[in-house]
Amino acid sequence: MIERSLVVIGGGSAGMEAAIHAYKLGVRDILIIEKNNYLGGILDQCIHNGFGLGEFKEELTGPEFMSRLSEQIEQLKINYRLNSNVLNISKDKIVTYSNKSEGIVEIKAKAIIFTTGCYERSAGSIALPGDRPVGIFTAGQAQLYLNKEGYLVGKRVFILGSGDIGLIMARRMTLEGAKVLGVAELMPYSAGLNRNITQCLKDFNIPLYLSHTVKKVIGKKRLEKVVIAPVDEHFNFIEGHDLVFDVDVLLLSVGLIPNVDLLKNLGITFTKNKGAKVNNLLETEIPGLFTAGNVLHVHDLVDDVVKEAREAALGAARYLKNELKENASQIETLAGNGIGYIVPSIIEIENVIEDVTLKFRVKKPYHDKFIYFSLNDKIIKKMFKPAIIPSEMEVVTLKKDLFINSTGSLKVYVEEK
Amino acid sequence: MKELICIICPRGCHLVVDENLNVSGNNCPRGEIYAKNELTNPTRTLTSTVKIISKKACRLPVKSEKPIAKNLLFNAMDEINKVTTKSPVRIGDIVIKNICNTGINIIACKTILE
Repeated sequence: MIERSLVVIGGGSAGMEAAIHAYKLGVRDILIIEKNNYLGGILDQCIHNGFGLGEFKEELTGPEFMSRLSEQIEQLKINYRLNSNVLNISKDKIVTYSNKSEGIVEIKAKAIIFTTGCYERSAGSIALPGDRPVGIFTAGQAQLYLNKEGYLVGKRVFILGSGDIGLIMARRMTLEGAKVLGVAELMPYSAGLNRNITQCLKDFNIPLYLSHTVKKVIGKKRLEKVVIAPVDEHFNFIEGHDLVFDVDVLLLSVGLIPNVDLLKNLGITFTKNKGAKVNNLLETEIPGLFTAGNVLHVHDLVDDVVKEAREAALGAARYLKNELKENASQIETLAGNGIGYIVPSIIEIENVIEDVTLKFRVKKPYHDKFIYFSLNDKIIKKMFKPAIIPSEMEVVTLKKDLFINSTGSLKVYVEEK
Repeated sequence: MKELICIICPRGCHLVVDENLNVSGNNCPRGEIYAKNELTNPTRTLTSTVKIISKKACRLPVKSEKPIAKNLLFNAMDEINKVTTKSPVRIGDIVIKNICNTGINIIACKTILE
């Protein structure tokens, strides 16, 4: 069987950067396996700008950002396979993939970085009520058709969900001549970035209906109407306020699901945000199997994705050099009051070089609040936040010295008066 | 007094601008420039695609080299949608010169060689 030091599964932004960084850390025998016919993943269809401010200090479009990474892959002569589907990953890290020219191939990997991104929630997964005519698309599907194939999926559009892809598509379809009649968001606040509310909706006078959702989809063959209605705090419809829109397209921008299927038969634990449970090296419960990017948890910015990919690459490189202490003692992270989730789930302080990076989201918007970090009920850090919202991921680094214990639990919570 | 959300970067600062164009709420100097422009001459970077004749792709992603006046976005789209380009194209190549007489070029965002 062929052996490889490092196999990277998924050649999007996380996978490319993980491979590049692992190479820079001295790992040479790398293979990236990518199902598509190019490296770059979703960035290729994200033709809008706003990428790269963190990473390259300039504002790039998705394709430009992707090229910066793929050029490095070529320069460093990192191996990759395109049009290749990974069929299985075993507990002893044998990766099975197939493609047209090689057939079915098995590779024994010393380490794996799993970067398969996420997929969009569909009409079925949100139990969209009413008919199932032609004209219901996820925002990403419509984006692919428009930006890569040149097809506008409709002329009169309503968008359910205020996620960033939906907002971006509201502007994009408007610029291409479609009429976007509105965006409905179930929650009382937007799921997208503030700047996208401004530059994608307000710029084009597209109304945003907060605390509203689709009550009924109507259409025999092609979509004809959507009925939108307000909801109360328990998400029950408030009667008598239905809004009816004549549309030919309903776009869904209702969330992303980490693409973890290949990890499902490994017997590992998943967190409540559906990514694999990882330690601070971004290593799963299988030693040597690392994961990063949107398959671990959904990020707002690709700049954050590539940063995280470097963390996984560092973990994998240290693992390959036998620099990690096995069976290190563990601190569990706990999402306390107001916190939705925390990555990582486990901190192995004996394997920390300098800092511990925590990423988390709040469950709802807060103003002028302190966020506390308490280790075994002793506060080791607090930080003041003038404004903190669920759609913006928080990244906090804690110095290793703050961890006076190497077991127990680290709780993160928002102060409530 | 006017309240704005800064769109320069994804941070999205909440800006307040008074009658004398004094800006507060920004976390970096770009926010101040944005707020002043937004109230005097609002501009946006335009991104779109043009048709390309190539073996590998049918659309070429493009952008305005610099932000263009907000009220010219639809006129610029009309010009962009009339263009057909041919491979090879490299990142940064000019696809349309001087769009809508703004002095700003529309450039390629992707290298498509074949």
